Amino acid sequence: MATYQEFIQQNEDRDGVRFSWNVWPSSRLEATRMVVPLSCLFTPMKERPDLPPVQYEPVLCSRPTCKAVLNPLCQVDYRAKLWACNFCFQRNPFPPAYAGISEGNQPAELMPQFSTIEYIVQRGPQTPLIFLYVVDICLEEEDLQALKESLQMSLSLLPPNALVGLITFGRMVQVHELSCEGISKSYVFRGTKDLSAKQIQEMLGLTKPAAPIQQGRPAQPQDHSFSSRFLQPVHKIDMNLTDLLSELQRDPWPVPQGKRPLRSTGIALSIAVGLLEGTLPNTGARVMLFTGGPPTQGPGMVVGDELKTPIRSWHDIEKDNAKHLKKATKYYEALASRSAVNGHCIDIYACALDQTGLLEMKCCSNLTGGHIVMGDSFNTSLFKQTFQRVFSKDYNGEFRMAFGGELEVKTSRELKISGAIGPCVSLNAKGPCVSETELGLGGTSQWKICGINQFTTLGMYFEVVNQHNAPVPQGSRGAIQFITQYQHSSTQKRIRVTTVARNWADAQSQIQHIEAAFDQEAAAVLMARLGVFRAESEEGPDVLRWLDRQLIRLCQKFGQFHKDDPNSFRLSESFSLYPQFMFHLRRSPFLQVFNNSPDESSYYRHHFVRQDLTQSLIMIQPILYSYSFYGPPEPVLLDSSSILPDRILLMDTFFQLVIYHGETIAQWRKAGYQEMTEYENFKQLLQAPLDDAQEILQTRFPMPRYVDTEHGGSQARFLLSKVNPSQTHNNLYAWGQETGAPILTDDVSLQVFMDHLKKLAVSSAS
Amino acid sequence: MNVNQQAHMASPYRQPQPALQGYSQPGYGEPPTQYAPYNGPNPGYQQGPAPAGYFPYSSLPSKALPATLASDLSSNSSSPLDLGPVRPSPNSGPPPMLTPQGYSQYTQGDVQNGPPTMSGQPHRPPVSQPYLPGSQPAYHQHYGAPHTGMQQMTNQMSGMHVSAPPPAVSGYAPSSHPQTSVSFSGVPSFSVSSQQNSPAASLTHGQPPSQPPFPGSPPLSQSPFPGVPPPGSQAQYSSTPPLPVSQPQYSSTPPLPVSQPQYASTPPLPVSQLQYSSAPPASSQAHYPGAQPPPASQAQFSGSSQTSPFHAPSSSFAPPAGAPRHPGVQPMQALPHSQYLSGPPRQPMQGPPLSQQNHVAPGPPQPGMAPGMQGPSAQPAPPGQGQGVHPHQNGAFGQMSGPQPGYGGSYPGPQNYGAQPPPPAAPPQKRLDPDSIPSPIQVIEDDQANRSSEPFTTGVRGQAPPLVTTNFQVKDQGNASPSYIRCTSYNFPCTSDMAKQSQVPLAAVIKPLATLPLDEVPPYIVDHGETGPIRCNRCKAYMCPFMQFIEGGRRFQCGFCSCVTEVPPHYFQHLDHTGKRVDCYDRPELSMGTCEFTATVDYCKNNKIPQPPAFIFLIDVSYNAVKSGLVDLICAELKTLLDYLPRESSEADSCIRVGFVTYNKVLHFYNVKSSLAQPQMMVVSDVADMFVPLLDGFLVNVNESRAVINSLLDQIPEMFADTRETETVFAPVIQAGLEALKAADCAGKLFIFHSSLPIAEAPGKLKNREDKKLVGTDKEKTLFQPQTSFFGNLAKECVAQGCCVDLFLFPNQYVDVATLGVVPSQTGGSVYKYTCFQVPSDGDRFLNDLRRDVQKQVGFDAVMRVRTSTGIRATDFFGAFYMSNTTDVELAGLDCDKAVTVEFRHDDKLSEESGALMQCAVLYTSCSGQRRLRVHNLSVNCCTQLADLYRNCDTDTLINFFAKYAYRSILNSPTKTVRDALINQSAQILSCYRKNCASPSSAGQLILPECMKLLPVYLNCVLKSDVLQPGADISLDDRAYLRQLVTSMDVAESHVFFYPRLLPLQKLDVEGDTLPTAVRDSEERLSKGGLYLLENGLHLFLWVGANVQQELLQSVFNTPSFGQIDPSMTNLPELDNPYSRRLRAIIENFRAQRPRYMKLMVVKQDDKLEPIFKHFLVEDKSTSGGASYVDFLCHMHKEIRQLLS
Repeated sequence: MATYQEFIQQNEDRDGVRFSWNVWPSSRLEATRMVVPLSCLFTPMKERPDLPPVQYEPVLCSRPTCKAVLNPLCQVDYRAKLWACNFCFQRNPFPPAYAGISEGNQPAELMPQFSTIEYIVQRGPQTPLIFLYVVDICLEEEDLQALKESLQMSLSLLPPNALVGLITFGRMVQVHELSCEGISKSYVFRGTKDLSAKQIQEMLGLTKPAAPIQQGRPAQPQDHSFSSRFLQPVHKIDMNLTDLLSELQRDPWPVPQGKRPLRSTGIALSIAVGLLEGTLPNTGARVMLFTGGPPTQGPGMVVGDELKTPIRSWHDIEKDNAKHLKKATKYYEALASRSAVNGHCIDIYACALDQTGLLEMKCCSNLTGGHIVMGDSFNTSLFKQTFQRVFSKDYNGEFRMAFGGELEVKTSRELKISGAIGPCVSLNAKGPCVSETELGLGGTSQWKICGINQFTTLGMYFEVVNQHNAPVPQGSRGAIQFITQYQHSSTQKRIRVTTVARNWADAQSQIQHIEAAFDQEAAAVLMARLGVFRAESEEGPDVLRWLDRQLIRLCQKFGQFHKDDPNSFRLSESFSLYPQFMFHLRRSPFLQVFNNSPDESSYYRHHFVRQDLTQSLIMIQPILYSYSFYGPPEPVLLDSSSILPDRILLMDTFFQLVIYHGETIAQWRKAGYQEMTEYENFKQLLQAPLDDAQEILQTRFPMPRYVDTEHGGSQARFLLSKVNPSQTHNNLYAWGQETGAPILTDDVSLQVFMDHLKKLAVSSAS
Repeated sequence: MNVNQQAHMASPYRQPQPALQGYSQPGYGEPPTQYAPYNGPNPGYQQGPAPAGYFPYSSLPSKALPATLASDLSSNSSSPLDLGPVRPSPNSGPPPMLTPQGYSQYTQGDVQNGPPTMSGQPHRPPVSQPYLPGSQPAYHQHYGAPHTGMQQMTNQMSGMHVSAPPPAVSGYAPSSHPQTSVSFSGVPSFSVSSQQNSPAASLTHGQPPSQPPFPGSPPLSQSPFPGVPPPGSQAQYSSTPPLPVSQPQYSSTPPLPVSQPQYASTPPLPVSQLQYSSAPPASSQAHYPGAQPPPASQAQFSGSSQTSPFHAPSSSFAPPAGAPRHPGVQPMQALPHSQYLSGPPRQPMQGPPLSQQNHVAPGPPQPGMAPGMQGPSAQPAPPGQGQGVHPHQNGAFGQMSGPQPGYGGSYPGPQNYGAQPPPPAAPPQKRLDPDSIPSPIQVIEDDQANRSSEPFTTGVRGQAPPLVTTNFQVKDQGNASPSYIRCTSYNFPCTSDMAKQSQVPLAAVIKPLATLPLDEVPPYIVDHGETGPIRCNRCKAYMCPFMQFIEGGRRFQCGFCSCVTEVPPHYFQHLDHTGKRVDCYDRPELSMGTCEFTATVDYCKNNKIPQPPAFIFLIDVSYNAVKSGLVDLICAELKTLLDYLPRESSEADSCIRVGFVTYNKVLHFYNVKSSLAQPQMMVVSDVADMFVPLLDGFLVNVNESRAVINSLLDQIPEMFADTRETETVFAPVIQAGLEALKAADCAGKLFIFHSSLPIAEAPGKLKNREDKKLVGTDKEKTLFQPQTSFFGNLAKECVAQGCCVDLFLFPNQYVDVATLGVVPSQTGGSVYKYTCFQVPSDGDRFLNDLRRDVQKQVGFDAVMRVRTSTGIRATDFFGAFYMSNTTDVELAGLDCDKAVTVEFRHDDKLSEESGALMQCAVLYTSCSGQRRLRVHNLSVNCCTQLADLYRNCDTDTLINFFAKYAYRSILNSPTKTVRDALINQSAQILSCYRKNCASPSSAGQLILPECMKLLPVYLNCVLKSDVLQPGADISLDDRAYLRQLVTSMDVAESHVFFYPRLLPLQKLDVEGDTLPTAVRDSEERLSKGGLYLLENGLHLFLWVGANVQQELLQSVFNTPSFGQIDPSMTNLPELDNPYSRRLRAIIENFRAQRPRYMKLMVVKQDDKLEPIFKHFLVEDKSTSGGASYVDFLCHMHKEIRQLLS
């Protein structure tokens, strides 16, 4: 039998699922004692090159409250042509098309290797993808130019039949009409006045003559003609649009000294949402907001236009001193909800040195599954590459984006769904498998994820509801089915069904099984999501305390120790890394706001709650590689002791990629040895991390900030702030002279953290 | 009588009888005051008459009359049909009786009056001296005047000379002597004469001739009259000798002598002689026949009657020449004169007697006549005197009495009379003979003839300029040209009491940026350097010729407030021995009435040098506008028009920037920045909260962005060719322009081309409230008020920004001009309206209006302030502007066609020495963005004698004021109230004159000041204008439109607007460049065989008589047949013949004279369009109930008499 490691990896590869526990405690009570809830990270659109979609409709359980999809776990009576739903035990006849079914002739969905299967269904008219650019024109000339080029470039990346639209904003908001010849035409809105969707549609001339509602199918084709003035197929108007973009001027309104330019981001988004909402609801659409500064007027204003009033900081927020915060947040939330209801996702590309109001606007992306990209300028490769990567294609040449996803979860009777954390909104679908306990977005068994890509990962939390006195039959398994309906980038409607099952175990008798089946990586990420989710609404210290308590309880539960003897404390292998993850998580920008602006925090959190496990782990505990003449590159401890003069370090924090040259290396480099042929090896040493970094840069979305620094360099702070401060100015000589670099911090080191943890875990007082 | 009177009361106009009676009565009344009894009841009159020994008189006159009557009858016999009986009666016996009575009454009245009047009558009656009653007295008075004092005489004389009298020729001539008063007075005198004796007649005769005088000379005479002498004359009258006296005068009595000499010297003399002669000819009747039937007859009559009395004098004078001349020379004049004269006397005469008689006999005989009857009937008697005369006179004044009948249906009556006597006279007589009442044409022609040759120099204070209709050159010698400022009077009363007494409004019509004729020099521009213009320290008046330099030039004393101010060193200059600065003539501000200062930054808004202004074109592209071809037309035109934006003469290119907006329910702005390859269109749908979507590229320099603009103008029609949007917004359009100007921080002008009622959901949304049922009710005023206050507030904002709005309307139905026009009218803009616009028919008019509107000189962001001498104050302002306080007239835009009427009131006394000074300073931004100050200075005299006031009035300006005043009043008062107030004030003016300035005379006489003799006719035109008295076919929009239009008219415009110019074309001087003499606006003046051109500044008609000669048609229309003339043509075919060329040149010339292009309408006689044309024949009764001139005159007379009594 394979190790659990292999089992976990296999399951992740096949189903995109990582459970915190791979053997489930069979009673509610026991489950709660496990500290880490039964939960999983689920990547609905996990890339499965080996999985050809099937071209028919899934077979559903006929019980109206169930409607689970036929899956390999179902019991099938081939003679009677019946199958039993493994969730509700309803016996269902096969549809006529399955008449030829037999044990030797199984449909794909019954084969065990198709625990994840994708159906292509022909439902409703197919509408092309929609890309609506919302462009800030209050940028610096250089930035605007770069942005214009990026946008023009993007036209060539879009599917030819995709509809594009353009809204620009500054002091005013302009909706550009793209169908006109000769004269370029745009609708202009004041940037300060909030308009209802209806008003916007009226003003854009999009109101339909009151036609009888068509039965059955949403009247998209008609809508199409209405919106056609603003949304045109790329292949038709790419020339036009290219010209239009190249003629885009900076906002001509003068910006007086000491003022910020007036940016009507709120209205621009509102109009974008309104435009799509009125004409093309429930279709795949991306609103792409490019902004170079904070919204400074109108609803959604984040900061006034006086430069002397700085944009809110965490300090202001804590002091309740951010006067626009609540209003703006509420405004964008309302927008995001509207957009989410219509299945349109909103991307935010914010490039500015100062904050741009992501804190307030984040929900637009968070709720709709859109991207947030934060950079210093549109004229950086960070933005350019990242933006390009939005349109990346998969092995089939299909865009790696899907729209209008709806994720439905079904559980077997012993389980209920507590909630989900990720870029989704609740669809408020009550049902028998919805738990009353909420973790994350709960109270529903269905969520909407307007924009999904192959990385989009949700944390799903479950509750074991089986009572202790009603043991599950030996050998039975609990099952969970994920049904994801979405619009593929090819505009096909698809349904992906993933059905997973795990063994039940009696926590009292089989605790070692459960313990061994613990996935500490997944658990760390899932707990981190819970923490981040809490951090959004609670004070930072509270979250940390909660996290600490959870950790201590876990250690108490699964550690081996003698009471009150910290030195006797031991954790099994499957738990050994978990405290370290927690240590780094506590220091991470997801929970620590110190040294981060509110925008940055929002940005980091945004990505944290949507990336898959690997990426999430990198975010929690960055990876550090060391390059030296003494051997091949090796991963080293994320510790100050790893910072040595004769090493080059490559640190990947997901958001940053830092190459750090040790003191000696830096001096050599400065001396130019790498130019000398006799030091070819030095040159290679310098090159090695660059190549590795390049590899990472090539694939990651969003592209990380690339930092090349050296000992004593100001940007070395990126590294120094991440490593475990095992050596500080306080204990500089305690650990011997030969290793590492002291970190000037009062933060506790991992060692101290662990000492405390042990002490608390073994303490009989707690 | 009583009955009649009552009738009058009921309906002044129509009931001629009553009117007549009323007149007569009042007339009596006046003198009667003494008679008291008379006034009250007819009996009084009757009594009066009876005792008067009418009989005797009557007998006398009757004798005379009978003859005339007979003759008349004989001549007229055909026409008089019905009347026949009546007339005959008078002729036969009864009439004389009546007349006698009338006479007697008069006589009595006169007599009695005489004495009293002597003392006071003149003043009281002032009402209408000119008319009949005055005539005798007038003469007397005139005579008297001389008696009274040589000065007066001389004054009169001088006045005479100056005034129309000379032109009056025959009539005038005499009149001139007696002048106007003469004429009128003559009338009365006639009556008197008739009553009294032939002598009276002779007097009347004198008057008749004077008729012309009425118009012109009267004032003079009057003025003298007021003087003591009049009384004397009256006394004379009373004694009966009056006539003789008058005769003597005529003949060349001592007093008169002076005048006579004058006469002799001046043209008037001959005239007078003529008249005299005519009179003497006694054979007047004979003349009549010989002369033109009606008028001649009258004149003759009068003459005849007069002659008899005059005989001696007349014979001495003119008898010989006179007789012939009348008929030949100035039949018209003569007639009118005679009529006038006759009229009044008769009325009175007739009135009383008639009434009696009427009741008795005439009553029955004259059903229709009835009213007229009274007067007329009585007159008939007068006919005895000089039937012709009387009728005429009646018609004119007394006629009032007579006329009244005429009004009601009096015509018949009068006709009867007229018919019987002389056919011509007959019909007209009923009322008055139109020829016998003051003729605008005559006055205009006279003024043109007398005053156009010499340049008008403004150096002398208080000099009244020639009429606006006169072509004259102005030399600025210290007072502003009349092109810039015209006053209602050039002699202000010194005290407010006088002003109140006279009721003459003291007002000035100021047209600050008026375009001067080519041969005059535009105002010099003066730069006083960095400190700005030199001003009085206290009142802030600008340096001007009225500043008196003292102390060797180191200080100057302000002419307005008398404050002494230091002269800044850089402005110091020594004085010469006369106290004038040595450099006086080198500095325009010291020697010219008008000059322009360059303003410094202190005079700029926010102390910032202004940006050059901008023009923004806002074009309606809704379905209607597109379909009518309007959008195409505008866009095509703008392409060329933009080359002609106004610019400083010193600059090659205009600094004005332009911007474009189109709109229907939403607004489309265009970015036409020169760097763009294609214009960009920006749609703003948020009309509830208008803003300008772009800054850079909206307002551009035409030359720089020409390619883009042209491309835009090419594309606009295409873009909206298929539009189906029918709804429009309006207020947001103005807001858009306003916001654009705000954003650009400049002043400017919006040209809005709008087609329909703005019913789309937006601020300022309007509803259709056209409700004709309200017309004539107390709620009528609401129709002129804006529907919402929104536009008023918007206008305020516009003014604050210097945003002037010109609105071109192309409605197919009601658009609520009253509301839409609020912003234009408060921002100094104009409204142009093209109802049911069609390119073929209205395109030319619109394009020409647009061209002119775009090209004309205009100033922006203007503030006008009128400073005056201590003692008077500018208290009220009329025009297209906004006022946020009581002194500053704020005009977002001020163009060369806009005039502001300013009313002054006393707040203290003025002195005769210093006169009244006014300075109108307009601070504005020129089209190149320079801040300028244009200063107009005007000084007028001040008087302590009312006569001086009346002698220096300008009726045209007065009418301008009245019209604006009335047109504003209807916003707050029922139309009827406004009309009554106008009539009342005019009556007061005239009665004050009559009472205080005219020589005493019979109350029955209508005596008008020379300068105001056209007041009744013009006033009538105002009263019956579409705004004040709408016809059924006049839309509310039209009324609101006209109302606003008139508000900013200058005097010339308002004059022709109210009294259109009507040119007969059949005798066109095709070679020269003189225009044919205009004819009066009456259908009677149109000949079936003629071709007439009528213009009123807005419309241009070519009326084609049914019997026009084929050759004429051929040369004008290129068609030989009347029936083939296309009535829809808007321009005459360009034919290569002298006549056509000349005619088209005239039309072009007319169009060039007016601020708005006049579309030519060809009206064929009896065609369906003719009623439209007839609407402009303002002397006739209008279909909407407006009185005819004659009727109105009678009504006025009645009013005056009521005031006097």
